[in-house]
This record gives sequence, structure tokens and C-alpha cells, in this order.
Amino acid sequence: MKVIVPVKRVPDTATDKKLETDMTVDRDGVESVLCPVNEFSIEEAVRLKESMGAEVKALVVGPASAQSIVRKALSYGLDGAIQVTDDAVSGSDAIATARIIAAALQQEGFDLVIMGGQSTDARTSIVPAAVAEILGVPSLTYARKLEIDGDKVTVHRESEDGWHVIESSLPAVVSVVEAINEPRYPSFKGIMAAKSKPLDTKTVADLGIDAASVGMDNSPSQITAAQPPPPKGAGQKVEDDGTGAVGAKALADFLQQRKLI
Amino acid sequence: MGELLVLIDHDGEKPKKVSVQMLTKARELAEAAGDTVSAIWLGSGAAGAAATLGNFGAAKVYSWASEDAHGYVTLTQVEALQNVFESSGATNLLFASANFVKDVAARLAVRLDAAVITDVSDLASEDGRLVATKDVFGGSLSTTSQVRGDRKGLFGVKPNAFSAAESGGGAPEVVELDITPSDDAKKSKVVEVVAQASEGRPDVAEASIVVAGGRGLGEESGFRIIEQLADELGAAVGASRAATDAGWYPHRYQIGQTGRTISPALYLGAGISGAIQHRAGMQTSQIITCINKDSDAPIFQIADFGIVGDLYKVVPKLIEEIKARKA
Repeated sequence: MKVIVPVKRVPDTATDKKLETDMTVDRDGVESVLCPVNEFSIEEAVRLKESMGAEVKALVVGPASAQSIVRKALSYGLDGAIQVTDDAVSGSDAIATARIIAAALQQEGFDLVIMGGQSTDARTSIVPAAVAEILGVPSLTYARKLEIDGDKVTVHRESEDGWHVIESSLPAVVSVVEAINEPRYPSFKGIMAAKSKPLDTKTVADLGIDAASVGMDNSPSQITAAQPPPPKGAGQKVEDDGTGAVGAKALADFLQQRKLI
Repeated sequence: MGELLVLIDHDGEKPKKVSVQMLTKARELAEAAGDTVSAIWLGSGAAGAAATLGNFGAAKVYSWASEDAHGYVTLTQVEALQNVFESSGATNLLFASANFVKDVAARLAVRLDAAVITDVSDLASEDGRLVATKDVFGGSLSTTSQVRGDRKGLFGVKPNAFSAAESGGGAPEVVELDITPSDDAKKSKVVEVVAQASEGRPDVAEASIVVAGGRGLGEESGFRIIEQLADELGAAVGASRAATDAGWYPHRYQIGQTGRTISPALYLGAGISGAIQHRAGMQTSQIITCINKDSDAPIFQIADFGIVGDLYKVVPKLIEEIKARKA
């Protein structure tokens, strides 16, 4: 069984994030990290390697500098990685990015694709379903539990008030939520081994994609402006007297004044 | 005269709050453009809800009263929407920006070569095309987006982005869709729906008021007073990642960069320090309040009103205060 884990490079949440004048993410001086949810998708893949001997590989779409993210992903125990690096992909929106990921998956071959349910930067959540649609396979998203039995796959799909138990068949695209597992930390051995694991670098042409179908100018959506949110006035702070009475009264007064009670 | 489509998110009987909010906004946009609003109701229940949909602005309701709409994963709904786009000739669709619906929109977008813009907090019509505002990077930046070229547009609307207002519209025309799902669409089946009791509380993403608890509760049982306060306010309960990681509250209630994003009228955080990862899920709330022992906690930097105090002292007294004022 072959499992591919598409991973994403995101700006560290704690840093000050900006867009460039062309509306792409400003990466200068912003620390980039492996998207936190990918620790869970990678963990799920590594468990399939351990339990059923699956071949497990990472896939990343990004510039050469994204290689540090690939090495980080490999340090958890993946066998190798594919990196799509091409200036033509710059500025691709979620759907155009899905086209690139799908083309790379198709070329590589897979039984199962495991993605994060939501990145910490754009947070659209639509890439897994779009990738599945392009590949013509089921999308089993927001998995809090994943079971594989032959070519049958069962997912507990997290809903607003519980979960749906869904059954489908491989090949499929799955996305995961954090409730699915407890990711391990990379071992020292894993970190050292990551440096020499195979990394295939591909261009858009290598994947057989028409460069006129990806990148900013060919993305179905476009960002036309970006602005910081309106500034918020300083709030009020009230010190309680230690009994709760002063704090409770002050907060109740505030809520009543705002007609919230 | 064209049709502006609104995919209704519903519980099988009633439209969700976000759906009537979308209809209200759609009516405003459609009227300005000389168009009409058509609602799409997938699954049973359209007949009972038609009057409500009409009252909030739908002139027409496309209904697919089949169990296939919810008995399979995503694709039967994609096929139904594709059918509506083809028969109506519509250009734009509004949908609730919720996880399951976003999947439907994503797959539909690939089929139609349409644009999808999720988590929309405002919509306007400029030169005959829809322009969407959305918050990115957890609310630290806001962007304006639109469809490139003459593609179709799918706009995912955040709960509470718009306020709902009745239009007094009459009963809409109900159009029954005749759809036979493909074999491919039936490959992924829903075999069981597990719903856990929410004790009658609203969904955390849709609620007007959210009371959230965090590490400062110290233990799982601390959520009982959070729930009591929530019930007194008619609020939903949320939790910080520290609380869900500790197993004190289920993961699906987690608010933050790796959980749910909320924009309620009122957020009240108790025992939550307000780390950036949490703020990324709630800082677009209209009014932010908090109770925290540590007066240096970052949550106070974004709070409109904060109490420095022991939540175990303040919350029970706050419940009494609210009870007294409601009486």
C-alpha cells in the first residue's frame, strides 16, 4: 500500500503576517513552519507503515526554501518526499494548488492520501475535497478515526455535534483533525535519517500540467486588496475584590448596558 | 433577470441561522441587480420550511427530498447542485462556510471551473460582480476577493456575518428536482450518524454568545460552571486547546487556529490566557470579555471588558447577577 501525505509550509502563527503588494504571502523575515495539523496526518501515515508495511511519502508544493519543511516531515519516519518547485505555481489559489497536488499524486501513484483538515494560514479546508474531485476518488474529510481493511476504508468524520461513520473504498483522499492521534516527536535517529532520504524535485512541466492552468493569473479567485482590521479601542479592566462580587457586578453591568442580558 | 442561489444548511426541519442570514443578504444583492433569490434545500423538509424561506427572501425553492442527499458523502449533493446550476443558468451561489458544506463547494468548483471563496464576512456588488471580504491569518488581516474572469462564484458565508431580517415575502415556488445519483456518488456511504447531546445549547460556530473555558479551570469538572453560565446566557460552550488536549472537553468545541473559528456577538473567556493560537479563532468576535486571575494575560489586550479575578469566585456570582437581572 502506498500512502502520500501532502504537507504545507505556513508562516508561524506567532509572527506578524503580511501580504506583498501582489497579494502573495510575505515570507521575508517571517519564520515558516510545517503546518501543525500535518503532525497528525504524518503520524497517521507512519502508523500505517508500522502496522501494515505501507510505503509512506510526503508531498510539498513550494519554493526551494520549503525543503526544510520536507526534512522536518521526513524526520517523523516517512520514507521519502516529492517536492514540486516551479515559479509558475506562485500565487495559485486553493483550487489551482489542488490541481498541482492532484497531478503530482497521479504521477506518483497512491492508494491513500492523508492531508490536514485545515491549515493554520489560509484555513479554507477545501483542498482535500478539490484534490479528490480532480482525481475522481472519494473525499473522506475531518477524520477523527481511520481504519483500513483491504480496500475498504472506514472514517469517523467529525461533525458539529459528534461524528458520521462513513465507509468507502480505496483509493481515497482523507483529511484529519487533531483528535485522530497523539503525534510522536521526531527521534534523534529520525532527524539524522531525514537528511539522506530521497527527495524528488519536480517542475510543473514534469507533472504534465499546462503552466497556463496554475499560478496567480490562472487561479479562479483573486485577491484585490488587503487591509488590517479596524483598530479596537482599549478595553476596560476591573479588579475583583477576591469574593467575586465586584467582578460579577461589573461584568453584569457591562453585559446589561450592551443589551446582552 | 437571473437567479442568485443560496444553499440552505438545515437540520431536516428548519434552516440554520446562517441560512436565513444568507437569504437576507442575498435578497439585498439580488434586488440591486434586478435578480431573484432561489434557495436550494437538499434532503427532506423543504415543504415545511418553504414559508420561512419565502419570508426571508427566496422567490423559488429547489427541493431534492431524497434520503440520498444525506445518505452518501458529499457527491450526491455536488450532483444536485450541478443540476441546479445547469437548469437555472445562475452565476453565483452562497453557501454556509461550514466543514461539510465546504467539501461540496470544493468539488462543485472543480466541476464548474468556478471560484470558491470561503469564510466570507461581507459581500457587496460592484460593477455587476460580487466582491467578498474575508478575514485571513486568524483575523490579523482582512482581504477583498472576487472571481477571476467570467467564471461562476461560490461564496462560503460565515455564521453571524449578516443579520437576518424578514422581507414579508410570500410562499415561494417549490421546484422538485429530479435527480438520480451516479454510481460514483454512491461509493462513500454514511453508515451511522453519532450525535452527542448538546443539552439544548446552540452550535458553537453559529451561537450569538459563546462562553469558553480554558486551562485556568484546572480540571474537567470546572466546565460545569462554564455550562451553567452558558445556559443562563443562552450561549454555546467553547474550549481552548489546552482544555481539549487535557481531555476536559471534546475536540469539536475547540476554538482556535486548529479548531473552530467564531464571530459571535459576545465572547466570554474564563481561565483562558488568550495565546495567539486561541485568538486566531475568536478575535473577530464583536464584543470580547474575559475573567482571568493573571492581569498580564494577553486576552486583556483584545478584551472590551475584562475582570481580573478568580473565575471560581466570579462565575457563580455572575450567574446570580444574571438571574436577578432577568427576573
